[in-house]
Amino acid sequence: MGTALIALVLLAVTGAALGVIIGLAGKFFAVKTDPRIEQVTEMLPGANCGGCGRAGCADFAKALCAGEAAPAACPASSPEAVEQIAAFLGISAGGGEKKVAVVLCGGDKTHAGQAAHYNGVSDCVSASLIGGGAKGCTFGCLGLASCVRACPFNAIELVNGLAIVHNEICTGCGNCVDKCPRKLIKLVPKTSEVHVYCSSPEKGPTKKKVCSAACIGCRKCAKNAEEGQVEMQGFLARVNYNNPPSAGLVEATGCPTGCLRTPEEHYRQETATQEVA
Amino acid sequence: MHDYLQVTVGAVLVYNFVLSRFLGICPFLGVSKRIDTALGMSGAVIFVMTLASMATAAVFHLVLSKPVEIAGLGTIKLEFLQILLFILIIAALVQLVEIMLQKFSPPLYNALGIYLPLITTNCAVLGVATINAQATYSVWLSTINGFFSGVGFAVALVLFASLRERLEMAKVPKPFEGMAIALITAGILAMAFMGFSGLC
Repeated sequence: MGTALIALVLLAVTGAALGVIIGLAGKFFAVKTDPRIEQVTEMLPGANCGGCGRAGCADFAKALCAGEAAPAACPASSPEAVEQIAAFLGISAGGGEKKVAVVLCGGDKTHAGQAAHYNGVSDCVSASLIGGGAKGCTFGCLGLASCVRACPFNAIELVNGLAIVHNEICTGCGNCVDKCPRKLIKLVPKTSEVHVYCSSPEKGPTKKKVCSAACIGCRKCAKNAEEGQVEMQGFLARVNYNNPPSAGLVEATGCPTGCLRTPEEHYRQETATQEVA
Repeated sequence: MHDYLQVTVGAVLVYNFVLSRFLGICPFLGVSKRIDTALGMSGAVIFVMTLASMATAAVFHLVLSKPVEIAGLGTIKLEFLQILLFILIIAALVQLVEIMLQKFSPPLYNALGIYLPLITTNCAVLGVATINAQATYSVWLSTINGFFSGVGFAVALVLFASLRERLEMAKVPKPFEGMAIALITAGILAMAFMGFSGLC
C-alpha cells in the first residue's frame, strides 16, 4: 500500500512539475508568428505541388501574408478559392490564365510500334538513357509513366501506352513538364480546344514508318484555320496557343492521320484502341 | 578506452537498434520511402536519443538506483518506477527542446520539427534509456551510447531508404509489391548485419 502511494505521489508530482515547466517554457519562448499564415494555409489546397514556385503551401501562405505573392499564383486553387483568399487578406487576387498540361503525342501501342524490347527499369528517364528508348519513334511518348508518378493530383493516366492528361483534374502546376525526357508535355491555356498530338520534327514519310498517328505535315489544318492559328514548324503543324483555333477546326480539316484532335476526342479514341488491343 | 570502443561500435553495428534489437521498427518502415525524409528522421532520432539518454541516466543515478528513505514508510527502492518515469521525462524533454528550438534555431526546427513529436515516445528512445539503466552505464557513457545508438538507427534507415528508392523502380512480382517487398528487404538487411555479431 505504501509503495503504491509513493508511486502515485511521485509520478503525480513529477508530471505536474514537468507540465508546469513546459507551460512556462511555452509562454517564455513563444514565437510570434502571423496568425493569418495558418488560416491561409488551410484555404490553400495543401497538395504542396510547388506550382507557385514556393517550397509548399505553408511557404506560399507565408509569402502571401508578407505581400510577396498574389493568390492567383497558386495554380491548384479554383478561382473561387483564390477570390476568398484575396478577400481574406484584403489584397488583389492577381491575374493569370488557367493552364493545363498536354502530352503532345498520339503514338499509342496500336499506332506506334517498338523498335526493341525494353526490359529495364520502368521509368522514361532510364529508358531514354539506353539508345534513346525502345520506341520506334524517337520523339514519341515512351509510356513508362514518369509523368504519371510526378503528378501530385493524379491527373495523368496511361492509356494504351500513352500518357494522357485529364484536363478537368490538371491544375497546371507543371511538375510533369520537366519529368518527360522527350519534352512532350506543354503547359497550354485551359481554353485551348484543339491540339496537334505529335511532336516529331521529322519528314512525313519517315514518321509514317514508325507511327500511323503522326503529323505528316500536309498543311490541311493550317489552310483551314485562320491566319496564324496553326503554324508550320518544319514538317510539323503546331497550334499557336496565343491565338488558339476553335474545336470546329477538327471537322473542317479532316486530318488524314487524326493527330489533330480535341482533348476529349483524344481520350475517347485512345480508350477505344486500348479496349481493342 | 576499450569501454568506449565497445559501446560505440556495439551500438552502431553489433546491437543495431533496428536490425538486431528490433526496436523503432515503425519509423524504420514509415519514413524510409525517400532518402531526404530518412535523413531528417535520422537527425531527429540521434538528437532525441542523445538527450534522452543523458536525462534518463542522470535521473537513474540520482533517484532510481539508490534506496530512498521516507519517513514513516522505511526505505524503498524506486527502480520499479523506471519505465513510467523515463517516459514522462523523455516526453517532457522533447517537448521542451522543441519549444526552445523553435525560438532559438528556426532552421534546425524546420529540419527536425515534424519528426520530433513522431519519435518522442518511440520504443527505440525508451529502449536506449532502459538499456543504459540495465547496464548501469555512467551518465557520460549513457550519452555516448545514446548518440551512437541513434547513429546506428540512422545508418539502418538511410541504407533501407536507398534500397527502397531503387525498389520503387524495380519490377517486383505482383504478390510482393509494396510493404511485402519492403519487409523482405528489411529482413535481408538484418541478416547482413548479423555478420557483425561477435565483433565486440
